[in-house]
Amino acid sequence: MPPWADLQSTFAAALRDPQHPVPSGCIGPDGAPDAKRFAIYRNNVASSLIDCLAESYPATRRLLGEECFRETARWYTTQELPCSPILLEYGASFPDFIGELEPLAELPYLADVARIERAWLEAYHAAEATPIAPAVLARVPAHRAGELCLTLHPTVRIVRSRFAALSIWQLNVAAANLRPIPLEARGEDALLCRPAAEVYARAMPEGGAEFICALAAGEPLGLAAERAGGACINFDLTEHLTALLEGGLIIDARL
Amino acid sequence: MSAPFSHRDIPARAGVGLKAHHYRAILESRPDIGFFEVHAENYMGAGGPPHRYLTEIRSHYPLCLHGVGLSIGADAPLDPQHLRRLAELLCRYEPALFSEHLAWSSHGGHFFNDLLPVPYTKATLYRVCEHIDQVQQRLGRQMLLENPSTYLTFAANSYEEGEFLGEIARRSGCALLLDVNNVLVACTNQQWDPLRYLDRFPMAHVRQIHLAGHARDVDARGRTVLIDSHDRPIDVAVWELYSRAIAVLGPTPTLIEWDQNLPEWPALHAEAARAEAHLLAPPHRKACRHAALG
Amino acid sequence: MSTRTASLAIAGALATAVAALSGPPALAGGMAMNPRAHTMAELHTGRFVRCFGVALAGHNDCYAGPGTTCAGTATHNYQGNAFKLVPTGTCTAIHTPYVTIVDGHGSLNRITEGSR
Repeated sequence: MPPWADLQSTFAAALRDPQHPVPSGCIGPDGAPDAKRFAIYRNNVASSLIDCLAESYPATRRLLGEECFRETARWYTTQELPCSPILLEYGASFPDFIGELEPLAELPYLADVARIERAWLEAYHAAEATPIAPAVLARVPAHRAGELCLTLHPTVRIVRSRFAALSIWQLNVAAANLRPIPLEARGEDALLCRPAAEVYARAMPEGGAEFICALAAGEPLGLAAERAGGACINFDLTEHLTALLEGGLIIDARL
Repeated sequence: MSAPFSHRDIPARAGVGLKAHHYRAILESRPDIGFFEVHAENYMGAGGPPHRYLTEIRSHYPLCLHGVGLSIGADAPLDPQHLRRLAELLCRYEPALFSEHLAWSSHGGHFFNDLLPVPYTKATLYRVCEHIDQVQQRLGRQMLLENPSTYLTFAANSYEEGEFLGEIARRSGCALLLDVNNVLVACTNQQWDPLRYLDRFPMAHVRQIHLAGHARDVDARGRTVLIDSHDRPIDVAVWELYSRAIAVLGPTPTLIEWDQNLPEWPALHAEAARAEAHLLAPPHRKACRHAALG
Repeated sequence: MSTRTASLAIAGALATAVAALSGPPALAGGMAMNPRAHTMAELHTGRFVRCFGVALAGHNDCYAGPGTTCAGTATHNYQGNAFKLVPTGTCTAIHTPYVTIVDGHGSLNRITEGSR
């Protein structure tokens, strides 16, 4: 037998490539190599990873239909194997993969719907955190409020889309009847978060995504408000701070 | 943890593999079940409902942790990050048992998400024992190693499977997990005699049993191949082998594994009840106990 | 707007937002005290605060997430290298259906242009 590490390399290569012959030394009960038996391992790898993507992207799956989704996912698995045994992390690049797939270019909103699903899954498994006590914020001197750096809850995710991706996503995870959404419908910014046990998704008012992304990037409150105001003249800072605080989405504040 | 089962004892009863699909049914009905078992890798997220549910369920039931990603049978060194994550989970949930597979799943930076076969040679024996030593030292406890389902074998094998597992247990001090469905799957696929396999299995090291359903296929020459699919009720032939194993082992914690095509909770509970009936059945006569102990 | 005015506007917004919280935050305060009880209560009621409009319905059960398996499968066969991408799902109801058929070998460069 070749060294075990070498045999593993051959085995691994054959798992990834259906054209690869059965690694030498892998035999059936009669001592002969058996391609169909080896194929069971190849099928297990492919189908377990496709199942994993199917569980992570139910709306994308419904949009594409079962067969088309599994083919798309199978293509992805040939390009991208997990690099860790924690499958919760697998498939992070699937939305980008879909976005670049020419045959699916007729569904331009699909990658954004998949990004919402990814954000949902990340929010679902992200770390727990305790919201800031309001008293801490009440003690901030008025003239320094703009310098305040707020730490957002670790489950907060923003997905911005040129399309009505959030509405399309919701139609496809709910059992509700489908209604047509024109492709030219206005874009949506989605906020996903899990302040406690359950993940929430909601459409952000205009300027909201700029505001939250700026805070997430560590920018002080004044600068974040300025960016949001630049994106939307009607940006309402009070409404946004109230929403974040009520939602328990601010966990720390530093001057 | 203030759990009533914070000690490491586990009853010689039937348990069930815990699935997210059943969290609510379990917490709402609090079924009379010996223990639950989870895949360690599914609880390696930072937070969220899986941990909340598991914490709640753990406070009512004993727990076993079953790893599927350590790749103990690989030639390459174990992933120290993964060992650290396992150590954290063991610390957090205080499971009664921790088990892993005689298989490999990672190579060259990729994780294949399948339990791949290992040749049974002197070189792989040393390597597996080294890995198990490392696991037991890092985790500060004995681990259980499970016999695999296999679809092909290696021309280079110089040990029988049971003999190989016995050597590992003897050298590393690990215990064994006897997966009875895997026995039938491997024996059918390799054309070994399952009764002889059980007779020669190093039973003295077995601390837990797994049972599951399998699917049936054929190979290129039309020979039956069984697939370890965990997607249906346990086969009658597996129940028979289980009965024989219990006759030798005596009552042993037994897990029902059902991972795909999940039934509603009552069907799963019924499988556990059936295993428990075997465990409580009067011991077989000595005449049946022809299996060598150890 | 001068820096001073901006700074006062921000302080005002912050003060109003803090004052809007009567006691601890609606969810999170209770959470910190008794996470386990809260898990169960919240998972059943699905309540959330009122800002940013109504939260979209919870779908946690859809997203329990991918799980590991130590099982195999016999039912699917993935031995080919050709991929046929024909959307037939609800995307066809979102807007006018448009079908593309593609054969590939795992490489985008080798896609043959679709037919309608």
